[in-house]
Amino acid sequence: MKTVFKKFTTMISAAVMASGLALLGTSAASAAGYPLEKPREQDWTFSGPFGYYDKAQLQRGLKVYVEVCAACHSMNLLSYRNLGDLGYTDAQIKNFAAEYEVTDGPNDDGEMFERPAMPTDRFVGPYANDKEAAAANNGALPPDFTLLAKARAPERGFPTFIFDIFTMYAENGADYIYSLLTGYQDAPEGVDVGELYYNPYFAAGNALAMANPLSEDLVEFDDGTASTVEQQAKDITAFMMWAADPNLPQRKQRGFIVILFLVIFAGLLYFTKKKVWSDVAH
Amino acid sequence: MSGHSTYKPTTGLGKFMDERLPIVRLVHDSFVSFPVPRNLNNWYTFGGILMIMLVSQIITGIVIAMHYTPEATMAFDSVHLLRRDVSYGNTLQVWHAVGASMFFVAVYIHIFRGLYYGSYKAPREVLWILGVVIYLLMMATAFMGYVLPWGQMSYWGAQVITSFFSAIPLVGETVREYLLGGYAVGNATLNRFFSLHYLLPFMIAGIVILHVWTLHVTGQTNPTGVEVKSKQDVIPFTPYATVKDAFAMVVFMIIMCYFVFYMPDYLGHADNYIKADPLTTPAHIVPEWYFLPFYAVLRAVDFNIGIPFTDIVLIDSKLGGVLAMFGAIAVLFFVPWLDTSDVKSANYRPTYKIFFWIFAINAVFLGYLGSRPAEGIWIPLMKASTFWYFLHFIVIMPLLGWFEKPLPRPASITDAVLSKASSGGASQIDGAAAEPQSKG
Repeated sequence: MKTVFKKFTTMISAAVMASGLALLGTSAASAAGYPLEKPREQDWTFSGPFGYYDKAQLQRGLKVYVEVCAACHSMNLLSYRNLGDLGYTDAQIKNFAAEYEVTDGPNDDGEMFERPAMPTDRFVGPYANDKEAAAANNGALPPDFTLLAKARAPERGFPTFIFDIFTMYAENGADYIYSLLTGYQDAPEGVDVGELYYNPYFAAGNALAMANPLSEDLVEFDDGTASTVEQQAKDITAFMMWAADPNLPQRKQRGFIVILFLVIFAGLLYFTKKKVWSDVAH
Repeated sequence: MSGHSTYKPTTGLGKFMDERLPIVRLVHDSFVSFPVPRNLNNWYTFGGILMIMLVSQIITGIVIAMHYTPEATMAFDSVHLLRRDVSYGNTLQVWHAVGASMFFVAVYIHIFRGLYYGSYKAPREVLWILGVVIYLLMMATAFMGYVLPWGQMSYWGAQVITSFFSAIPLVGETVREYLLGGYAVGNATLNRFFSLHYLLPFMIAGIVILHVWTLHVTGQTNPTGVEVKSKQDVIPFTPYATVKDAFAMVVFMIIMCYFVFYMPDYLGHADNYIKADPLTTPAHIVPEWYFLPFYAVLRAVDFNIGIPFTDIVLIDSKLGGVLAMFGAIAVLFFVPWLDTSDVKSANYRPTYKIFFWIFAINAVFLGYLGSRPAEGIWIPLMKASTFWYFLHFIVIMPLLGWFEKPLPRPASITDAVLSKASSGGASQIDGAAAEPQSKG
């Protein structure tokens, strides 16, 4: 048994050496050229120092998620109660949650039982576990959606990443998802992507396992917004951004107050310092 | 240096305590009456900033630990539930993560300030060495802290960094297994890293006390590099240094808050928003930005070192890389003796000044190279940049002391300050009291 483990460790070490230390440079090389196209930068309500979430947009995004994405993608860290952020009432959230079944228990008889989900329950995913999810999708596990808008951020490159500090650019993930969803196209001549779907905005190759999920009028928006592919992509992206960073508006408001306080405090200290040091040449 | 104590207890309790446990006297002598050179510039405020950062990291860390679950299947979720559901949890967690980065920003400025003004020279060798020990402990703490959120980069970063130890001949594998608590990174690794991550900051605090103690024995350096000679050269710590440090801390805090509240993810890696998956290797494993220069040094050695014209390999590329990387840090311990010049401040060392800035630019470039894949043009650049890093310490520093002709230095700090004041503050000190150094 021990030798088997040893061999396994050696294999892992070798893999780590190859990729991590990149002594062979193979796996690093495959990452270097993608995505083929940089994400297209969009206007988002949540960008900038006073960023906020547009509740109507999040509600449309939720609808896109439920009717399209939720067939394959889970949102494990989200609870139904979180939908209060989108402007839904407690009763609406209760009804929404009740449409899903969760396994609870064991009850007093020691049996597990099914019951309708409650607002305190986490979002019920489409599959029982990751293995089932991968098996149902030709081995490609559809990633969980909760943090995806933050987990996808292609390199900005030099010198853009320096300018980003001053432009407060933090919407890389959102731009990436929007660009990917609206970026499906026919593979160029001579490029064979096999079973995959060509998309130059994909971060890990020139094609991905997910087919183009959006199409014109696929989802009917309750507020009468025209259901174009761009609109759907934008709304689901905003929804995903909210899911990944629900405290974003509060964080930015808090930051504004904290920094305002610190700037005033610094000003007072500056003049105090000037006064204190006025009798010493330095 | 500190001279005799000027503390005079006035209250009954003060007198009672002073004869039994003179702790108020210690604080008074260390932070009120402690004499500091009058000409310290703002680069000298980073010691105080680092102190605040250490305290800030310990306090936020202790509170985060109340919400964190050090268990492989729950660690990732516990961090994100803290961010999502706990009041102020988001600010708290981001403050700690960004704080680690800002801690390193401050320590790098602090180290480069020391290199520029020759703060490591006699009698401050021990002060400098303690500083390097703190820096090493900070790196260990930061690395283990980065593993705790158990994201993809946490996990694979831990795989790569612990594999360094397996490069040690004979005992390497055993050392690595003890470090990991198994044959690969797993729950046991997470548990011991959590324990050590909680322990090391207090060890840092202990060394910081020694660091400050030695500082208070030798006194601070100053931009002229001329030692304090009279009472006119110094001013009491409070109120002068106190208010100056306070202002610098708040300005530093503003920059930190900009990242905490507006760009919380800028200094991190997106892959850490993906739960650790032992079966999926990220396309491109990179450490945190503050380790990147050393990561470039590690990967610069991609060749075996052996006896020429034979097949005998003495040091394979893996061990060579690890040795170079640790060597890049270890060389800092010897800086007080590698620098042979008697002149402390680079302001009076025209040649060293140029090489200092080349070194600084090279160090930043080395960091950029650390973020590049080890392929194509990047490999020779890594080699050249690494070569210069060592050349600076091992060849340039010792030789400059012999060949460089330093500028005349002022007779005293007061002289320098007054001549600067009289000439409008812009021009160089022209006091010709000191003889140029003649060595070699």
